[in-house]
Amino acid sequence: MSRDLSDFRTVLSEDEISRALSRMAHEVVERNKGAADLVILGIPSRGVPLAQRLATRIASVENVPIPVGALDVTMYRDDLRLRPARALERTDIPAGGVDGRTVVLVDDVLYSGRTIRAALTALDDIGRPHAVRLAVLVDRGHRELPIRADHVGKNLPTSMRENVKVLLEEVDGRDSVLLGDVSATRAEGTP
Amino acid sequence: MIRHLLSTADLSRADALLILDTAEEMARLTAGRSVKKLPTLRGRTVVNLFFEDSTRTRTSFEVAAKRLSADVVNFSAKGSSVSKGESLKDTALTLAAMGADGVVVRHAASGAAYRLATSGWIDARVLNAGDGTHEHPTQALLDAFTIRRHLGPLDGRRIVIVGDVIHSRVARSNVALLSTLGADVVLVAPPTLLPLGVEQWPVEVAYDLDGVLADADAVMMLRVQRERMNAAFFPSAREYSRRYGLDVRRFARLPESAIVLHPGPMNRGMEITADVADSPRSVIVEQVSNGVYVRMAALYLMLAGADDDVMSAQEGAA
Repeated sequence: MSRDLSDFRTVLSEDEISRALSRMAHEVVERNKGAADLVILGIPSRGVPLAQRLATRIASVENVPIPVGALDVTMYRDDLRLRPARALERTDIPAGGVDGRTVVLVDDVLYSGRTIRAALTALDDIGRPHAVRLAVLVDRGHRELPIRADHVGKNLPTSMRENVKVLLEEVDGRDSVLLGDVSATRAEGTP
Repeated sequence: MIRHLLSTADLSRADALLILDTAEEMARLTAGRSVKKLPTLRGRTVVNLFFEDSTRTRTSFEVAAKRLSADVVNFSAKGSSVSKGESLKDTALTLAAMGADGVVVRHAASGAAYRLATSGWIDARVLNAGDGTHEHPTQALLDAFTIRRHLGPLDGRRIVIVGDVIHSRVARSNVALLSTLGADVVLVAPPTLLPLGVEQWPVEVAYDLDGVLADADAVMMLRVQRERMNAAFFPSAREYSRRYGLDVRRFARLPESAIVLHPGPMNRGMEITADVADSPRSVIVEQVSNGVYVRMAALYLMLAGADDDVMSAQEGAA
């Protein structure tokens, strides 16, 4: 990401992201009444490292390994024909599959809900989970579908003119969540 | 990304790698899951327009299109109006009227796919499935995909292509693609089976197969295309087989890790012996399944996106 981010202001710092993920990890375990049958699936690109961090935290709380993977939703998107064909990202379902398990989908930003709609359809073709929950680092509102998150790092009221940018160590070299004006940049973080 | 897939010579290194990487994901997506179909091309129509006989390529494209949920119409010259003398143009106009989004075309004339794509007869994306002795891009892509799966990146790899180069669209497509991907290509054939101007191709040429086997990473045996031979290109099948066939003795000279490819259909006992074709280091059957993934990738990249060609604008952004 070589783009100039100087017009953006920080809404979550590195420490705040870390604390939010730790809280979400505890919430996931509490809601699931333990770590049994959990599968954490990140939605590329930035949902994947977030899923890994969440799984690591749950594993250290519960002292059991947590299956973690990636679910690319590109082929299931409803806006495929509005844009040029995009390169696919890695889908990696843990060996045990998802049948009968509780799948926690992880994404960086929840906005229109269309990505999650696509993820639910993609999941349908992979197996039949016992339950599917959604964990997002930022919920910025403006839903276009009846979808909500179960675990939210930060609720961030935004205007549609604004752009939310999540930076992660694994992808961008540093952790932070930024908010800026959409006219400064385009396309990133759009639904 | 390009609009039509007519020739591997049109593919930049980035385009070629995008197709191969996409094929890799297609393989992962369809392996070991309860529903093998993806909804991506739902509502799109792919026409298989085959003026020449083919089983594996046509079936492979059909399976690929169906796995992406496209509607597939098979249109072969036999039993169609083409056998009544309909021209390529009229056939194309008919397909356009039926609303084809993609046309997969095989034709005995070199350049047929190009003509179809550039004539303005149809709006559909055109995928060349073999035109005369010119090109067969998806075959080369599946060969490169197969080699890459076994040997890793192709840069600096030594790929030996043996046999009937002059009639082989597979060889032409492979030479262009493999050299774009950074491989060193060696062509081995009797002088009569090498095309005019081969010295301008980005390849090494050898006439002695035994001399090039020791440092080959992959050997691709071409089918001797008797149906395209109206003159004597070599004295006898036996002599051809003795000098240019891959038998157990030659197979033993290859490095341990080297693999053997053949685009099929094979003339067993002619360019390749049965024991080599069936050996564990022969990837011929795997090439067929990889063909489906590569064609899924090509169909996805050509047909899934917006109709107007804004593909290159986004390149790198994904």
